[in-house]
Amino acid sequence: MAVLHFTRALQRHVDAPSERVDGTTVRAALDGYFERHPEVRGYVVDERGIVRRHVAVFVGGEPIADRDAQSDAVGPDTEIHVMQALSGG
Amino acid sequence: MSVLVGTRKGLFTVDRTGRTGSAGNAGYGVVATEFLGAPVTAVLDDARDGTTYAALDHGHFGVKLHRRDAGDTSFREIAVPEYPERPADATDINPMSNQAVPWALQLLWTLAPGHTDQPGRLWAGTIPGGLFRSDDRGDSWEMVRSLWDRPERAEWMGGGYDWGGIHSVSVDPRDARSLTVGVSIGGVWCSDDDGTTWELGTGLRNAYLPPEQAYEPGPQDPHRLDRCSADPDVVWCQHHNGVFRSTDGGRTYTEIEERPPSTFGFAVVAHPHDPATAWFVPAQADEQRIPVDGRMVVSRTRDGGESFDVLGTGLPDQHAYHLVYRHALAVDSAGERLAMASTTGSLFVSDDAGDTWTHVTSGLPPVACVTWTD
Repeated sequence: MAVLHFTRALQRHVDAPSERVDGTTVRAALDGYFERHPEVRGYVVDERGIVRRHVAVFVGGEPIADRDAQSDAVGPDTEIHVMQALSGG
Repeated sequence: MSVLVGTRKGLFTVDRTGRTGSAGNAGYGVVATEFLGAPVTAVLDDARDGTTYAALDHGHFGVKLHRRDAGDTSFREIAVPEYPERPADATDINPMSNQAVPWALQLLWTLAPGHTDQPGRLWAGTIPGGLFRSDDRGDSWEMVRSLWDRPERAEWMGGGYDWGGIHSVSVDPRDARSLTVGVSIGGVWCSDDDGTTWELGTGLRNAYLPPEQAYEPGPQDPHRLDRCSADPDVVWCQHHNGVFRSTDGGRTYTEIEERPPSTFGFAVVAHPHDPATAWFVPAQADEQRIPVDGRMVVSRTRDGGESFDVLGTGLPDQHAYHLVYRHALAVDSAGERLAMASTTGSLFVSDDAGDTWTHVTSGLPPVACVTWTD
């Protein structure tokens, strides 16, 4: 199972604890997390499910390539970090 | 009675503290803060049930809406309007930037209460141009597709923002089904059937398109609309190119050509009981957007726009560079107290309908909106 972490900047607005998540893609991992924490979804993706413009998602230290559908692969022990992008301040 | 001030860095409650500071603030001061650090883009104090709503734009983390029930001390997050999926064959493209309109919430720009006969009904005006309706105090929202699907929307443009947006929503107190909606830049839209069908208001005049298009009703930039509660046929409009008044609920407008010291500005409020009285905050048009000659004033008419009083007592009268946004001027339900706040973080309050002003503070973040709480 991958482990999902959220930036401290987000914790100011909504409680988003680190958790182990199932799934072989970033989308599946995020969806599993949002099922347990529905209040976090709207802070990370917009109503179309696209990663918000000023949010960055890293898998194993690399930014994901597919911000629209989050099809990037996730391995069994991958660390996924949801960060605040430096764009836009 | 207090003032809620929505700013770039939080929501501030201002009330009489009983202490007069060195700045001569007449005893007004900040008594509470909420959402410190977060941009507050719209605030509504719903007189029907005492609920307070605050819309936030977290930037990184999107648009959020919070509600504080009457008697409660804290807000809790509720639903935000959601746009439908953009069809693959959609052709709405911003005519100025040539970019496809995103079907996703960019900004919650205004919140308005429904009719008193519709408890729970709220209206939300948003960027990029969606009008939304809630019937459960914001727990869920539905887009008004009849307006979004109008072919004219393809011509809406951003005025200051990248996309067109809805900044004014007004329900006729006599008829819950009668709505008046202001779009920058996309004209004034009126409905008699609770938003099933829409008609464009006429009589507005623009000066930013070729002269033959000056009176086209669609490409108009009403900066703000406000309606007289006691005489709901009277709707005032501060437009990009001047001042207008309607006496038929916002359907047709007559231009008020003289409004000293200028006809440019963003804010207007209608007197809730007197259809001949309204207040404006003029600014140097439109390339500069500062007070005319650096002197901060409010212009008030008491005769339907025939003449204006230019009110500056207590306001900074030289080298003052305050701009008052469209939602940053408010009158109380009696029509006596005014609150006004600026992009440079000053809050001014008048207890005598604008005759004299108190400079409460100059230390706030840039202000988007103010409202009185009853």
